[in-house]
Amino acid sequence: MCLSIPSKVVDIDRDEVTAIVDTMGVKRKVGIDFIADEVKKGDYVLIHIGYAMNVISEEDALDSIDTYREILELMEEEERKQTIMDGDRCDGR
Amino acid sequence: MVKLELKDLYDKFRDPATIKALAALIEKEAKRLSGPLNIMEVCGGHTHTIMKYGLKQLLPESIRFIHGPGCPVCIMPKERIDHAYILSQQENVILATLGDMIKVPGSRGSLQQARSQGADVRFVYSPLDVLKIALENPDKTVIFFAIGFETTTPMTAALLDQARKQGVKNLLFHVNHVTVPEVMKELIDSRDKHVDSYNNRIDAFIGPSHVSVIAGAKIYEPFPKKYDRSVVVSGFEPVDVMEGVLMLVKQFVEDRCDLQIQYKRSVTMEGNINAQQLIDRYFQKRELFKWRGLGNIPWSALMLRDEYAEMDAERVYADVLPIEEIEDHKLCICGDILRGMADPTECQVFGTACKPSSPMGSCMVSSEGACAAYYKYGGLM
Ligand code: SF4
Repeated sequence: MCLSIPSKVVDIDRDEVTAIVDTMGVKRKVGIDFIADEVKKGDYVLIHIGYAMNVISEEDALDSIDTYREILELMEEEERKQTIMDGDRCDGR
Repeated sequence: MVKLELKDLYDKFRDPATIKALAALIEKEAKRLSGPLNIMEVCGGHTHTIMKYGLKQLLPESIRFIHGPGCPVCIMPKERIDHAYILSQQENVILATLGDMIKVPGSRGSLQQARSQGADVRFVYSPLDVLKIALENPDKTVIFFAIGFETTTPMTAALLDQARKQGVKNLLFHVNHVTVPEVMKELIDSRDKHVDSYNNRIDAFIGPSHVSVIAGAKIYEPFPKKYDRSVVVSGFEPVDVMEGVLMLVKQFVEDRCDLQIQYKRSVTMEGNINAQQLIDRYFQKRELFKWRGLGNIPWSALMLRDEYAEMDAERVYADVLPIEEIEDHKLCICGDILRGMADPTECQVFGTACKPSSPMGSCMVSSEGACAAYYKYGGLM
């Protein structure tokens, strides 16, 4: 799901209503029609089929990461170890 | 503020340990459920995450996923694919469309076949590319065969908007944009009518986050209020889906029926107002739209506003586009699958006569389709 990979805005063309974004090192041109009045260089945005959908707040993103960390910390030591070991077998994407 | 590392951001959401931890929490909570909990994930993207990461297997038996109809390619009836095919055959026409659409067979063949027979059919990654094609081919008529849910509708509107602003005259639209809440309502109603043949009621929905990034979570407000169905708007990473499930389980354990947002990192109640205004400027609700396998659903799709009729390929080419309905292959149970009443494995030809390389039905063609997901991740690859 492309939408979940954040891209960084590296350049903006206001006339064309487009921006150049960097997604994991890949640069491409995207439409910014929906966020034209708020987006600026250096922002993180989410892209869906070639258009930037929204600017994501660093704070929110970090917040949710912390939530998951907390969930892990809630577990008993043994359980956590087992979970992490079992987890290693999951192939990821 | 701490510097945000890209890698940090998405790795966390696929972290196996976190997924397992969430599974353990869900299991604990689920023990307090009074009966099974049937959750429909509306969107094909969620079906994929569930299959790919084996989330079903991580959950207690009392929690069941019902795969929903949220794959824009799978729900496209043959007659509309035929429209695309016929349009591609018109003189001086370039037909452009997104992704998997190109492989789906209509009654006359697929767009891929049309292309191999000489039609100028282009697959684009983004509607933005269509503008380029139109600008580069001023003496051709470029027709954008637009598909998708609320997620892709604003991009079609933005394309139209830019085309008008830049004075592009050779771009037409064949609009097949459909809307999520209407089909959810239809599924609730039709299942309530069919409780004899299928006992499982849909108790709760996982709504796709990308739809609500645009339309806002507000589109689901009637579901807890009017239809007594819980909704959690969730992201697509496995951690998101698991957290969404946990939120739903908690609602049932605590006897609540609410609309909640799991994907807080980009979904709001309001959604993207600019995108909504752009959609509203160019589109109006379509009175009736036929969904493949589901039949006609009132007000479940969009069409261009009458003011833009001259850009509407359906109206401009009305005399060559048939309107008769076309039946699906008898053995294909895509309809039941889209209705969440059957699993792909219940289809007689699943994995035998019907595979991604030789699809008989639309759910096998699109990578977002339930049959394709089962085939790919169900050990049949
Ligand atoms: S396996 Fe093929 S024929 Fe069977 S329901 Fe799925 S798409 Fe239709």
